[in-house]
Amino acid sequence: MQSTSHAFKQNAHRALHDPMLQKAMGHVRSGFIDKRVQAAARLPEFDQLRDQAKAIKDHTLAHLDHYLERYEAKVLEMGGKVHWCATAEEAREAVLSICRSLDARTVTKGKSMLSEEIALNEHLEANGIEPVETDLGEYIIQLRKEPPSHIIAPAVHVNKEQVEADFRRVHKNLPPERSLSEAAQLVDEARQVLRQRYLEADVGITGANFLIAETGTSVIVTNEGNGDLTQTLPKAHIVVASLEKVVPTLEDCATILRVLARSATGQEFSSYTTFSTGPRRPEDPDGPEEYHVILLDNGRSSMLGTEFQDMLRCIRCGACMNHCPVYHAVGGHSYGWVYPGPMGAVLTPSLIGVEEAGHLPNASTFCGRCEAVCPMRIPLPKMMRHWREREFEQHQAPAKARLAIEAWAFVAKRPRLYRWATSLLIGALGRAGRRRGRFRELPLAGGWTAHRDFPAPSGRSFQARWAEQQRRGRASR
Amino acid sequence: MASEEHSVAPPKMPRVGLFVTCLVDLFRPSIGFAAVKLLEDAGCSVVVPSAQTCCGQPAYNSGDRKDARGVARTVLRAFRGLDYVVAPSGSCAGMIREHYPKLFAGEPEEAEAEALASRTWELISFLADVMKVERVECHWPARATYHDSCSGLRELGIRQQPRQLLGSVEGLELVEMAEAEVCCGFGGTFCVKYPEISDSIVSKKAENIENSGAELLMAGDLGCLMNMAGKLQRRGSRVEVRHVAEVLAGQQEEPAIGEPAKQVAK
Ligand code: SF4
Repeated sequence: MQSTSHAFKQNAHRALHDPMLQKAMGHVRSGFIDKRVQAAARLPEFDQLRDQAKAIKDHTLAHLDHYLERYEAKVLEMGGKVHWCATAEEAREAVLSICRSLDARTVTKGKSMLSEEIALNEHLEANGIEPVETDLGEYIIQLRKEPPSHIIAPAVHVNKEQVEADFRRVHKNLPPERSLSEAAQLVDEARQVLRQRYLEADVGITGANFLIAETGTSVIVTNEGNGDLTQTLPKAHIVVASLEKVVPTLEDCATILRVLARSATGQEFSSYTTFSTGPRRPEDPDGPEEYHVILLDNGRSSMLGTEFQDMLRCIRCGACMNHCPVYHAVGGHSYGWVYPGPMGAVLTPSLIGVEEAGHLPNASTFCGRCEAVCPMRIPLPKMMRHWREREFEQHQAPAKARLAIEAWAFVAKRPRLYRWATSLLIGALGRAGRRRGRFRELPLAGGWTAHRDFPAPSGRSFQARWAEQQRRGRASR
Repeated sequence: MASEEHSVAPPKMPRVGLFVTCLVDLFRPSIGFAAVKLLEDAGCSVVVPSAQTCCGQPAYNSGDRKDARGVARTVLRAFRGLDYVVAPSGSCAGMIREHYPKLFAGEPEEAEAEALASRTWELISFLADVMKVERVECHWPARATYHDSCSGLRELGIRQQPRQLLGSVEGLELVEMAEAEVCCGFGGTFCVKYPEISDSIVSKKAENIENSGAELLMAGDLGCLMNMAGKLQRRGSRVEVRHVAEVLAGQQEEPAIGEPAKQVAK
């Protein structure tokens, strides 16, 4: 996917002036948050489980090569195949060659952020293979030719009315008199259309929430059951997963699953949690004939051992964006690439470079709500600050901002100079603002006063008054 | 020349250095005086080192660790030899408590930074948690609401302390606004780097404040207060905005943030 992260400000400007989007984002603000709080409250050991989940991932990341090798051996033993891919391009080619070997014309797809990351759909289309998204949200944005705007609710930026219009535009057999004003009617309509597509598909592609080293299993969690049909009906099942999805044991997977849905949607468990181990065995009633895992690095291994390693604990629950005031304001597309919100602000610069995505870790108030809710206790603000430090060190921060900080720091390091300079400044501001108590406009503070008044200082600093008070107190003694 | 360090109470009381914070020092000295009053009422001896400037957060959050350390050294130097350091700001206290040890990790001042961090408190939590203040003697008739500033809330766990003390203010009726724990959009340099996004966030905050029906808004951080006051006033709202310490100290004669001084004789 072509990044527009460098144009974050312009993207955000557009988003802030898009009334449809603003309306849709209102639902994010109200929908996810209370449900998560309630789910956490119902489970007294929730915070303890978070610690356990974190420890599991930390341990796995410390021994990643070991667990990946064990995982591969197990997949082979169960009759599957693992394709190690270093880059997005290698992964796309690996998928394509499997599809070609089966003469595939259409592939169905379960929801996968990694497939967005490697722009798999575009690649398949360019090679004459039609990808069909089967997750309702993904299906909607595929019709709209848009990227997802949320990692678990890809079409969260779209309103019901827009979906109805899209269905009427694309679904040729849809009678105009049929009502689609209710969400349930839209779901029904999508189901009917997709049912046919499942049967036609030659290959089913899913992502993975976990890869289990102990058993060679890939795990997906969904609420629609679409993933099951996607992976059991076609001849071949391809799992696209990145390295850090691996966990040692089934037990470990179960522990993390207990915090995943609660953090994501406030459910105790997703409606479907599907475990896939190898292709169909002779005694199985159904299942694919071939089982492939595309095991992709795409920049992750270079995060190991750096200040960004903790980010590899991420289980893509979406809680950080659900609680992010900046995400609520600008929506997912403003971030300009696959991963939005706080997790995107840390991950995107790691994957596509801080030169391109430098705005993302800067566009945060450091309010800390993301870290407070992250089930894997990822210190997201701290890592955003690390990006700012890298930018500053490498002189990538905007020159004006850099100069302002350095000039300010020069003064703030020298208390006497600071007193003198600030007293001049606030003296002048205090005199100018005395009558109204605030400014509607202020030179050099246009960013502030464009939207709000600026409270005027009273004119003399605390220190000056305090010193005077102390002198007086002493004189009168 | 008079020494600007001055003990106001007997030395056997805890010696508290007031970290005024740059915003309070320059924009709203009354918060500093309110802090002094509250600390003295609680039995502290208050010292205000004159060589303090800022905690260094603007540089730290801009990725400029070197300058942040430089500014932080002024704090280390200015507050030596005191029992506690107290700031009327969760953000600045959080900077010293949570971030100075990381900022000085591997530096010669590491131990000193850690010691300072362990002695540093935000004002209201210091009063409630260390000095065990349970109530204040003050009368302030108003329907009021409290905004939880982010650093105080999430870095320092300040939530019930201000509410508890405000509950003892005679005449004050405390109502909770929706989303009291959501950021106001200030974010230090964020509000100037991303003014439009900041505006969107503070606009929602202003709506929540207005919908609460409160006539007085309080918080523990002047940056957030200036942001919210500026937005409320631009919207023509009549909600008064004040620092929680000013209310607890009963400083009613002081004009609210962004309001002109009353033109009456004392
Ligand atoms: S960073 Fe944490 S909260 Fe955000 S998606 Fe990942 S696991 Fe969830």
